[in-house]
Amino acid sequence: MCALKIKKGSSSHSAYQLRNPMGDAIETHTLAVIVDNEPGVLARVIGLFSGRGYNIESLTVAEVDHLGHQSRITIVTTGTPQVIEQIKAQLNRMVPVHEVHDLTVEGPSVERELALIKVASTGDKRVEALRLADIFRASVMDTTLESFVFEITGTPEKIDAFVDLMRPLGLVELARTGVAAMLRGKRAEASAQL
Amino acid sequence: MTRQMTGAQMVVQALKDQGVDTIFGYPGGAVLPIYDEIFQQSDIRHILVRHEQGAAHAAEGYARSTGKPGVVLVTSGPGATNAVTGITDALMDSIPIIVLTGQVPTFMIGTDGFQEADTVGITRPCTKHNWLVKDTEKLAETIHQAFHVATTGRPGPVLIDIPKDVQFATGTYIPPKKARTDHYAPRIKGDTQMITALAEALEQAERPIFYTGGGVINSGAHACQLLRELVDATGFPITSTLMGLGAYPASGKGWLGMLGMHGTYEANMAMHDCDLMIAIGARFDDRITGRIDDFAPGSKKAHIDIDASSINKVVHADIPILGDVGHVLEDLLKIWKSRGRKTKSAAVRKWWQQIEEWKAIDCLAYRNSDKIIKPQYAVQRLEALTSGMDRYITTEVGQHQMWAAQFMGFEEPHRLMTSGGLGTMGYGFPASIGVQIAHPKALVINVAGDASFLMNMQEMGTAVQFNLPVKQFILNNERLGMVRQWQQLLHGERYSHSWSESLPDFVKLAEAFGARGIRCQDPADLDDAIREMIAHDGPVIFDCVVEKHENCFPMIPSGKPHNEMLLGDASTEGAIQSDGAVLV
Ligand SMILES: Cc1ncc(C[n+]2csc(CCOP(=O)(O)OP(=O)(O)O)c2C)c(N)n1
Repeated sequence: MCALKIKKGSSSHSAYQLRNPMGDAIETHTLAVIVDNEPGVLARVIGLFSGRGYNIESLTVAEVDHLGHQSRITIVTTGTPQVIEQIKAQLNRMVPVHEVHDLTVEGPSVERELALIKVASTGDKRVEALRLADIFRASVMDTTLESFVFEITGTPEKIDAFVDLMRPLGLVELARTGVAAMLRGKRAEASAQL
Repeated sequence: MTRQMTGAQMVVQALKDQGVDTIFGYPGGAVLPIYDEIFQQSDIRHILVRHEQGAAHAAEGYARSTGKPGVVLVTSGPGATNAVTGITDALMDSIPIIVLTGQVPTFMIGTDGFQEADTVGITRPCTKHNWLVKDTEKLAETIHQAFHVATTGRPGPVLIDIPKDVQFATGTYIPPKKARTDHYAPRIKGDTQMITALAEALEQAERPIFYTGGGVINSGAHACQLLRELVDATGFPITSTLMGLGAYPASGKGWLGMLGMHGTYEANMAMHDCDLMIAIGARFDDRITGRIDDFAPGSKKAHIDIDASSINKVVHADIPILGDVGHVLEDLLKIWKSRGRKTKSAAVRKWWQQIEEWKAIDCLAYRNSDKIIKPQYAVQRLEALTSGMDRYITTEVGQHQMWAAQFMGFEEPHRLMTSGGLGTMGYGFPASIGVQIAHPKALVINVAGDASFLMNMQEMGTAVQFNLPVKQFILNNERLGMVRQWQQLLHGERYSHSWSESLPDFVKLAEAFGARGIRCQDPADLDDAIREMIAHDGPVIFDCVVEKHENCFPMIPSGKPHNEMLLGDASTEGAIQSDGAVLV
């Protein structure tokens, strides 16, 4: 269990608040949560967020420790400092949760997301799509005479920018993985056996 | 010692090895193998309830009155869904219960089989943790883990869903000692630096108050003892939530009575004006805080709790201490004593003078009558005639619950069982059954309302079958009293559906079940009637016919701060603004 980290200036929050709690700035945090890879664990985490009215901007999950049956869930969430502290405390007290790391606080960290992007066009638009893909270091996974499927990896912002550029050039389909994130430097935040 | 046995045998063996002597349950197709094993042994007593909600509340009553976990056994589908209210109640009030549910066989899961329900899905948000066991080899260990989780850290309900084929199949039994439970280990010891900061705050405080909750009782007898020592050694005043009543004795010198929406004037005023609030095992529920913006505005707040998510959830803690109440209080006392047991005694004496002035308002005063029984009077007489006895009180939910909390004194922990967090009408009767099972010789009284009692009155069958002398003390106002009070104060006296048109004759109802019924409607007869109830060796329904339109005061209207309480004789007109009406 984590020690409490109380942020100065965090104020009250309650479901019964009549006043606007917007006095506090909304922050975006990336959390790495190490959990037992048991049935229902993802439903538990998602249920916590929906049940208590927290936001999920992005969520990814996969097993990272096969022998120890542990998965890593990366959640990007938003809220006031007090809500962010609540989210971490609520996650921390779940039985299958081993560790909760706030990469935004413990950082700096790197964040990456992968996207597959289908663009269907011909002529100049097709040429321009390919040229921009080159600039963004997106690679071509599949091609026909009328379409490309690009693969791009980067920060969510970079992917947003690329998608925006593809829109007028014939974007027809988009699949994104959500964010995977990790602290910079040699320190490992999660103690799973690899 | 490891042994081969069937899943059903494992369930019974694991319960025995966990020290379980009683389970509350109701059979059905998906738990028949377990019931077959129960039939063939005599170490564990099975109490057949009349509705699965009753089983869960009875287990809560058993747990809350003993400090041991309660155990529930119900079938799949409707058996499990009927138990959900009781499980949620246990979650809100941090009561350790272990619920075993039957499930359709593993190969049928997902086919919408007969009496199939996604029990772990339904109960995921209302348990501390739950498991679906698909392999008999894992069953024993899971049960042991479930006991560990339910009783460690902040207690709560857990559920184990056991498919029928897993009950029939054979596997290896492992005893509690061999089960892996190490991973779930909430922090027990508080941070010394923070505890020292609190000791310093005790020394500096001029207007201190202890605000304690159910967490003190959950922490155990030792924690309650330490709390008493600390309060008496500092000479500070103390108030408590509904769930915490009895941790500090009502006859104690520091006692101000319960706080909150229907708490005493002195407790709420002291909370509002304090300069140091020491919250211990309490969670700043909205029934306690009133309007958050104006909650104890000039105070430094210390908060001791074993659940990190309770700290800073609603109110910012200046001195947060994460840990078990007993351990933290022990360290706090040690540190405070070693620093010379200092307090600002002159200032605290002045603070007490102020508190005495508030006390002099006599906020629980009501206009008595010699024609009709006032509900407050009924509770006062019940208190006067039973307080010296080995007595346990349960309550339903409504005005009667608040009057019981206001007018009854609890000298010891575990003596009041009530639904605080969820506010579940229908809790008190089955809970009284669980309490009586655990304390066969004690006097167990459920202070009830007529409407709440009807919600689980089928449990009369249980009380009679097991000859449990539980007393159902119904303050019968023929109204959903608390709802009627809110409609009077908040909704322009439009009494929408808040009275019972066709109440049963409670005396005949008792007799129909083979129990004793007593009716009393004259204040002059009340004492004798109560004595008759106590003297009867068997279940009693006591129909106490009371004033129909009495309101429960003091009251902090929703959306108001502590220092704007309504008192009994105060004019209530326009007291609640429309924005308060959106609050529950
Ligand atoms: C299961 C449930 N349904 C509805 C409510 C809402 N409610 C709270 S108090 C109350 C009236 C209770 O009436 P009664 O049991 O007669 O007690 P009184 O207030 O009259 O003492 C109601 C309906 C509740 N608490 N629980």
